[in-house]
Amino acid sequence: MSAVIDDHGHAGADHAHGPAKGLMRWVLTTNHKDIGTLYLWFAFCMFLLGGSFAMVIRAELFQPGLQIVEPAFFNQMTTMHGLVMVFGAVMPAFVGLANWMIPLMIGAPDMALPRMNNFSFWLLPAAFLLLVSTLFTAGGGPNFGWTFYAPLSTTYAPESVTFFIFAIHLMGISSIMGAINVIATILNLRAPGMTLMKMPLFVWTWLITAFLLIAVMPVLAGCVTMMLMDIHFGTSFFSAAGGGDPVLFQHVFWFFGHPEVYIMILPAFGAVSSIIPAFSRKPLFGYTSMVYATAAIAFLSFIVWAHHMFVVGIPLVGELFFMYATLLIAVPTGVKVFNWASTMWQGSLTFETPMLFAVAFVILFSIGGFSGLMLAIAPADFQYQDTYFVVAHFHYVLVPGAIFGIFASAYYWMPKWTGHMYDETLGKLHFWLSFIGMNMAFFPMHFVGLAGMPRRIPDYNLQFADFNMVSSIGAFMFGTTQLFFLFIVIKTIRGGPPAPAKPWDGAEGLEWSVPSPAPYHTFTTPPEVK
Amino acid sequence: MTRHPHVWMGLLLWSIFSQAQAAWTVNMAPGATQISNAVFDLHMTIFWICVVIGIIVFGAMFWSMMMHRRSTGQNAAHFHENTRVEILWTIVPFVILVAMAIPATATLIKMYDSSESDIDIQITGYQWKWHYKYLGQDVEFFSNLATPAEQIHNQSAKGEHYLLEVDKPLVLPVDAKVRFLVTSADVIHSWWVPAFAVKRDAIPGFVNEAWTRVDKPGIYRGQCAELCGKDHGFMPIVVEVKSKPDYEKWLGERKAEAAQLKELTSKEWTLDELKERGDKIYHTTCVACHQAEGQGLPPMFPALKGSKIATGPKADHLSLVFHGKPGTAMAAFGKQLSEVDIAAVVTYERNAWGNNKGDMVTPKEVLELKQAESK
Amino acid sequence: MADSISMKKLVTRLLLVVVAMFIFGFALVPIYDVMCKAFGINGKTAGQYEGEQVTDASRQVRVQFLSTNAVDMPWDFYPKGEQLVVQPGAVNEMVFVAHNPTNRPMSAQAVPSIAPSTAAAYFHKTECFCFTQQVLQPGERIEMPMRFIVDRDMPKDVKHLTLSYTLFDITARHPPVALNTDR
Repeated sequence: MSAVIDDHGHAGADHAHGPAKGLMRWVLTTNHKDIGTLYLWFAFCMFLLGGSFAMVIRAELFQPGLQIVEPAFFNQMTTMHGLVMVFGAVMPAFVGLANWMIPLMIGAPDMALPRMNNFSFWLLPAAFLLLVSTLFTAGGGPNFGWTFYAPLSTTYAPESVTFFIFAIHLMGISSIMGAINVIATILNLRAPGMTLMKMPLFVWTWLITAFLLIAVMPVLAGCVTMMLMDIHFGTSFFSAAGGGDPVLFQHVFWFFGHPEVYIMILPAFGAVSSIIPAFSRKPLFGYTSMVYATAAIAFLSFIVWAHHMFVVGIPLVGELFFMYATLLIAVPTGVKVFNWASTMWQGSLTFETPMLFAVAFVILFSIGGFSGLMLAIAPADFQYQDTYFVVAHFHYVLVPGAIFGIFASAYYWMPKWTGHMYDETLGKLHFWLSFIGMNMAFFPMHFVGLAGMPRRIPDYNLQFADFNMVSSIGAFMFGTTQLFFLFIVIKTIRGGPPAPAKPWDGAEGLEWSVPSPAPYHTFTTPPEVK
Repeated sequence: MTRHPHVWMGLLLWSIFSQAQAAWTVNMAPGATQISNAVFDLHMTIFWICVVIGIIVFGAMFWSMMMHRRSTGQNAAHFHENTRVEILWTIVPFVILVAMAIPATATLIKMYDSSESDIDIQITGYQWKWHYKYLGQDVEFFSNLATPAEQIHNQSAKGEHYLLEVDKPLVLPVDAKVRFLVTSADVIHSWWVPAFAVKRDAIPGFVNEAWTRVDKPGIYRGQCAELCGKDHGFMPIVVEVKSKPDYEKWLGERKAEAAQLKELTSKEWTLDELKERGDKIYHTTCVACHQAEGQGLPPMFPALKGSKIATGPKADHLSLVFHGKPGTAMAAFGKQLSEVDIAAVVTYERNAWGNNKGDMVTPKEVLELKQAESK
Repeated sequence: MADSISMKKLVTRLLLVVVAMFIFGFALVPIYDVMCKAFGINGKTAGQYEGEQVTDASRQVRVQFLSTNAVDMPWDFYPKGEQLVVQPGAVNEMVFVAHNPTNRPMSAQAVPSIAPSTAAAYFHKTECFCFTQQVLQPGERIEMPMRFIVDRDMPKDVKHLTLSYTLFDITARHPPVALNTDR
């Protein structure tokens, strides 16, 4: 193992130095901490951008009737909100966390492929510049939903769809390189004694996520390539006119899309599995079963994709197979939730901000899981499909799931990153405002969905008006609260009580063995893991 | 514990029930068919199972959050695994899932019933309207949104059935097995009537099957459930279920109407009559793209007000409306509208919004065009 | 250096996985076709009839014919009859009419689909205009026969099936050769 570290000894001359000065430090950096920081800031910017799209959507839906935007622009907003949040906010935030924390957690000096690391980050701003620029083109940006079903996204798409396709390609390449880097780091750079089954769960879940990424991002790339060929080179993969099949698009898309859902949640599972034991002052319950449950979820995610397509007209046997397979996912997911609950049981709990976010994660994610279970029931799905019930479901999984997981991680590791403690009162305030805003925004969506409101519509019948207004108020509250988070982060970077190497008395792991803030280079000599 | 989400939900539910208004509907309705009732029961069963699991798991978490706090002087235990418990909570959920899957499978099999039907209706999705064809009956029509644009743009008060009303509803007889053959002429749509628990994607190039048997007469409303472009939110579905005699009467009237239309075509029309009729057609068929004042939504949907086509030679204007413009959003209305309606709408466009051409296209001219082209 | 070789190996393998999955994305197209043919997903009709051509007189199946024009397709296109009651194993024929009312030559492609999808695998066409692209000159009208056999093995609970054709304008992609009237 040490040979590898020597191999990266080309940086050896730098070891005495800190980072380079000025802007070029960030452009040329190959340091995992710098790149992690870049990813996290980029993700936060995209979170605010995608959030502002959501604000436009909620403002339009505040009341029935068309007030603020036209339907054509509304569709661009729903599409861009989804794309920016999925590919711009959640995924890069997790890659940022991986960059910062995985080397620190496994006692590695850096990521295995530092130059590729730099490249995979800088592809992202290019991709999103390309994507967002489409909003200013004559025909408007992508307006076919983040799932871009053909033929709406091919034959009937605005001209800018080509830009959209290239943007997806760039994001895909970036994600794939990031995933390869994570796998190479985890498999090759662990400190002596750090066996696989000793790795923190965040490392485990990221390892599995990275395998999911290299398995499905190329399929997405293939999918948009086929679209590109259909649009510009006269093929008919998805066009019925040429003997193709629009339903094939959905199969290919969801073959990527369902594992993608787990790509966005598994790293959060891992982070929460570090945070809950830390604030329960008790070891994680069922470490081994957590690892197996994660692997089981990842495996099952490949054979359930058609549950997104129950109403396209799949034969009975198909519906049954995908219903049963989907229900099975509840088993490993349940195991995880039970393990977290058992970790808290008879602990010595305190509720600092990371713990608040982590506990809210477990409870609210479970609510999203319950609605997921309901959606898995094919006959009932005939009523839920494409309604606000689905919107409520996946926002419960992604907001208190992925996003709260990221917030919990950010507060948990912020002392390590900045060397300062964040302001606990402000952190708690951020949590409670987010918690109330989020529930107010998304819980009523269950009701309007069950009452019959389809998703992706800019205007609705009066019977949905009251709950939509509640949702909008909650969304505005959640949205503005995130500016407050920005303030907390900046305040913590600029000052605050100095953080000790291990600010949380119950925390475990190698990352707490280095000083806070973590020096520019850590573990240049691998630590000994017992 | 105000942080308890259930307390919060309880408060919300209480406020909802105390209001007891339709506007605060929180749940699915059982619907009007056996299938929809079965789906509703299934939905409630799964919901209550989830509630029970939720109470147990969240209850345990809240218990530890209250009782196992460090501030109460609690010392942490050290256990971190228990094989027996872990096996138990893998098996128990599995058993619960099997219990859920059994009624779900039964309902699904019922939904896929393929016994003979009494009536077959072809449903075709268009951007952004539905077309219904009563197979074997020579009755077919488009069903457009009937909500006036002023209501949508907040210039007048919204009605009770805002956005859920159409000019011509689909009419079905009560207690008859109706088979729907769902397809699309452009992008993917989805035909959904919640009261029937029928939702089927309309996919171009493919035909999908669904069926219903409605228990009681009434008016049932639904919407397109798959994003299909700009006016996805503005293509509602209204189904009027009548008693069998009323249905037969209605069907007879529609057949007579079709015959009448043929006569209308040969009638002598005045400019004003055509304009008046064209006004209506324009505001159901054309307004979505070309807008109420003919201003369009450039560059996708060009303006008609003062446009070269609408103020140019009338043969070109008619031909464009009749054949559409391939490669653009302009559809060929020759197949979608009657001769009278095409004549009326072209006449209207040539004489509205200051396009004062003063000329008219008669239904006869449209018929002639049609006949000339079919020779 | 042994370890750094293993790093190269590892990354190469991972890249191979990426390439393989990209190819797999495209391979889903033929895989899907095979699955469709095997299970009748999406109502793709079955291939050649290989069963014995003996009529099963004990059974009757109602076959319904639908035609839909894609939205920009100006042709008239319809079956001559709305439905046939047929016996499994027997060869049947339905004639479809197509007419190009425009003043330009056009090419079209008819795409078949069957409902319910469980029946699709048991519907065999022996002759169909959907196998080829149709070119019609201005004002031209043709009658197109479609011969089919309903499989004797079709599940007994299927009492009726619907064959739907959607007609697409493919003139832009496959320009028709105009009639050479000079001669």
